[in-house]
Amino acid sequence: MEKVLTRNIGLEQKPTDLKAYEANGGYQGLRKAMAEMSPKDCQDVISASNLRGRGGAGFPTGMKWSFVPAADKSTPGHRYLVCNADEMEPGTFKDRLLMECDPHQLIEGMILAAYTIGADISYIFIRGEYIVAIQRLRDALAECYSAGLLGDNILGSGYSLHMHVHPSAGRYICGEETALINALEGKRANPRAKPPFPQVSGLWGRPTIVNNVETLCNIPHIIDRGADWFKTLGVGEDAGTKLFGVSGKVNNPGCWELPMGTPIREIIEQHAGGMQDGYQLKGFLPGGGSTDFLTAEHLDLAMDYNVIGAAGSRMGTGTMIILDDRTCPVGMVLNLIRFFAHESCGFCTPCRDGLPWSRQVLQDIEEGRGQPEDLETLAYQVRYIGAIGNTHCALAPGAMEPLQSALKYFYDDFKQHISTGRCPYH
Amino acid sequence: MSKPQMIQTDLDSVLTAQEIAEIDAELGHVPYKSGAAIDALKIVQAKRGWVSDECLQAIARRLEMSAEELEGVATFYNLIYRRPVGEKVILFCDSVSCWICGCDDIKEKISAALGVDYGETTADNQYTLLPVPCLGACDRAPVMMVGDDLVTHIDEAQVKALFGDAKTGGDQ
Repeated sequence: MEKVLTRNIGLEQKPTDLKAYEANGGYQGLRKAMAEMSPKDCQDVISASNLRGRGGAGFPTGMKWSFVPAADKSTPGHRYLVCNADEMEPGTFKDRLLMECDPHQLIEGMILAAYTIGADISYIFIRGEYIVAIQRLRDALAECYSAGLLGDNILGSGYSLHMHVHPSAGRYICGEETALINALEGKRANPRAKPPFPQVSGLWGRPTIVNNVETLCNIPHIIDRGADWFKTLGVGEDAGTKLFGVSGKVNNPGCWELPMGTPIREIIEQHAGGMQDGYQLKGFLPGGGSTDFLTAEHLDLAMDYNVIGAAGSRMGTGTMIILDDRTCPVGMVLNLIRFFAHESCGFCTPCRDGLPWSRQVLQDIEEGRGQPEDLETLAYQVRYIGAIGNTHCALAPGAMEPLQSALKYFYDDFKQHISTGRCPYH
Repeated sequence: MSKPQMIQTDLDSVLTAQEIAEIDAELGHVPYKSGAAIDALKIVQAKRGWVSDECLQAIARRLEMSAEELEGVATFYNLIYRRPVGEKVILFCDSVSCWICGCDDIKEKISAALGVDYGETTADNQYTLLPVPCLGACDRAPVMMVGDDLVTHIDEAQVKALFGDAKTGGDQ
């Protein structure tokens, strides 16, 4: 398979070497757009490419951009393009790789996205803990300003864009795009009610697009080589390639660029090297901590958004977490719910009070104090907290996904904890 | 009996000239002053390791916002410290992939070596131990950050190499 997003990764060159990036085809997409494409042309190519957001929701990128009001003299003022580099979904480690190993690819994608929506200011909102990525992005930005790829009158096109790296002060909820915007405005990162959507009224009340790192890294290649080429990369329903990852008790945990639609079995057994000796696969979260468990019966499904959705889960970030037969599923869900309870912004009651309640019930079961009626309580919590519309944002419903599917697939484990008064895995 | 008196700090003298200059530079990027709240907190924390009550009040005054509002911002974020921390903060990942790979045992070994639990600073003021949500290095679990450095595949030998043998006595 042709490498697209990772073609510069693992080479001898320094990640921030602009000349090496350009020698390998870098900034060709930008040069092409600046020389011969209007923002409308770029919009049309991205819409036609069927690129879907790689942050987890899978929303069509071209459609998201198309909601930004047309830029003309009747709508003066700033517009913003924000890169969501706040990678914090448990079990997800793909954007770190893209930023540490090829920062120019992200910057080129951001310039093209900003050009398309008419943005004049852009931010990379990145985890404060990503020290190496922050430094490399800053170095790469400096190279771009020196080379006329950023700043005023980019490549003599008349288009101007300024770009800033903004390290986050740290909170999972900042990955929600309206919470991220509040964080950029110096506020508590509570999500905003929608509508208005950020495309119309985002950062400082201005039109704003927030895209994930991996989504933006696809843009230069699509602009350079076209929508039809991009659609041929996937082997299933979806277009392009994807960074898929596996963590847990496998032989070769890691992250690989593979075609969209690659079968789960190939990712786990071939690329991740299968389970370690003495461990069997019991289940897995296909795309981060807020996705439903799937099990061995799902291994032959394709990693496409709709296929995984039809199986009752979500492709999410595409980075799988493996549950093995020697790890307690109740303990794993407890770990996840503890995370979500800690990271709740506290704005709405079902999330702020409901998640700690779930955590307490799970902790009681895991530590041998569970009662038979606790399983009904957990089912009630899933129904109540997990329903979209009962909470202010998607954090708490996301937290319920591993819990509801664990109750479905590992119900006997929960019952055994309660009937024997102990965790059978410890 | 005399009434207890509030000790008044001269808030104008709390921040250094350099801190004020850096905060004022951030004001150029935002349409109103409180928009620079997080940047200002980070500027002060970068110099001092944490944000004291006096600093918080002085920043709030500089940004023309109430100290209560700024406190709401400061306490929202995991990486703004409102209590003193040691020379290096250990951000220990306790999220799901690290948990599967045995981070609970590693955490106990670090606690034993340093004599501190989460939220505490070693008696020699070298380290503060904090849990952190997933560090995005799950293929190299268990992981943590020690200061600015990412430490991967942590095992008992590595804990010993980094932190030595068991010490006694932590400090809140």
